[in-house]
Amino acid sequence: MTKSTSRLNDILEKNEKEILDDWMREQLASGTLRKDLITESELRKQSAELLGLIINATRSGNVTEISGTEWKPVLDFLAATSKTRAAQGFSPVETATFIFSMKQPIFTRLKKEAGSNASVLADEIWVATVLTDKLGLFTAETYQKSREEIIRRQQMELLELSTPVIRIWEGILVLPLIGTLDSSRTQIVMETLLQNIVDTNSGIAIIDITGVPAVDTLVAQHLIKTVSAARLMGAQCIISGIRPQIAQTMVHLGVAFGDVVTKASLADALKYAFRQSGITVT
Amino acid sequence: MSLPGPETLELKTSEDVVRARQRVRVCMKDQGFGLVDQTKMVTATSELARNAVDYGLGGTMRIESLEEMGRIGIRLVFLDHGPGIPDIDLALTDGYTSGHGLGLGLGGSKRLVNEFEIWSKPDEGTRVTITRWR
Ligand SMILES: Nc1ncnc2c1ncn2[C@@H]1O[C@H](COP(=O)(O)OP(=O)(O)OP(=O)(O)O)[C@@H](O)[C@H]1O
Ligand SMILES: [Mg+2]
Repeated sequence: MTKSTSRLNDILEKNEKEILDDWMREQLASGTLRKDLITESELRKQSAELLGLIINATRSGNVTEISGTEWKPVLDFLAATSKTRAAQGFSPVETATFIFSMKQPIFTRLKKEAGSNASVLADEIWVATVLTDKLGLFTAETYQKSREEIIRRQQMELLELSTPVIRIWEGILVLPLIGTLDSSRTQIVMETLLQNIVDTNSGIAIIDITGVPAVDTLVAQHLIKTVSAARLMGAQCIISGIRPQIAQTMVHLGVAFGDVVTKASLADALKYAFRQSGITVT
Repeated sequence: MSLPGPETLELKTSEDVVRARQRVRVCMKDQGFGLVDQTKMVTATSELARNAVDYGLGGTMRIESLEEMGRIGIRLVFLDHGPGIPDIDLALTDGYTSGHGLGLGLGGSKRLVNEFEIWSKPDEGTRVTITRWR
């Protein structure tokens, strides 16, 4: 389809209001409209804006190559819309329907305008199909990317949540580490601990590794670095919960915690910490 | 008893290292290895898989269950097509690192397993094979 022959822009421009009305009707009737997430007037505003942008873009004569610069405003709008929809909890089908429900209203107008000329009609419908499909796919893709982004962010938040630093006593923090420590998680956990030491002005931090299935050189290095950093800040770290199989493995591996105080259990570490702080527990 | 067939895992990211570790843990458990053996082999896996990712530009881990003369074993082969190790003895030396590590991964892994074999050629890659018997 060469640029000059399509009358799509013409037809859209002439029938803007009718297409918008039909499109709104389609969307409201589609059953995939989330009235709980978006109001009718909001939807109408979005639809009108998108249609206006599409008409602008088609004016260039390029009606199907959406990678062209004249389509940038349309794509930007769609990207922003699918992003908000992903965040608001619209499903992929609901999001894609926003675009695909535009097809029927456009086809209806094309039919009217093309009159009895079947070959023109076929050409125009083809152009309109290619265009809406491309826009729909673009929307689905950005929706998908946004969802992935959201999931990644939630995972990050979960990481921080699942490694709480507990202030067990005035001046004493406990960080219970649980699960597999990969490098990104270890990094976050250690940074959180150091920040907490500053925030609470604590003198002792107990890092409990009872829940860690294996300590390799990377985890050991993170632990050693944290202990040194804490020391520079005037706090003492105690590592507790080094289970027999981990202790044996660490010996073979050759990692040593140097002069760091280590305790077999969290209870032992607490007793030690209390004694250090001059707290007597009866 | 029938042994599970060998399988190969991709090692590209640090998530793959975590996955490799978990897979080895499960295999060791299935083959009846105790907690100490499991922890040693899982830790060696972590070291060698991370080396393949960090220095070897990514690679693979092949995991194989063995039964030889009534003994049960697990063999892991870490293979990458990275730059290779120019001086293997130096790389095995405790404390030597060309990056920012502790330099204990290779030597430590060797001490954690029953059999350790390393092959490396500049510009061809590195292959480390480790075996632990029950
Ligand atoms: N697969 C590999 N490809 C290329 N070079 C490697 C590979 N594995 C190890 N090396 C080289 O050998 C050195 C020593 O490795 P080793 O695992 O003992 O220590 P590291 O990885 O530097 O530190 P860490 O104690 O955290 O493991 C590395 O610094 C690297 O230069
Ligand atoms: Mg290493």
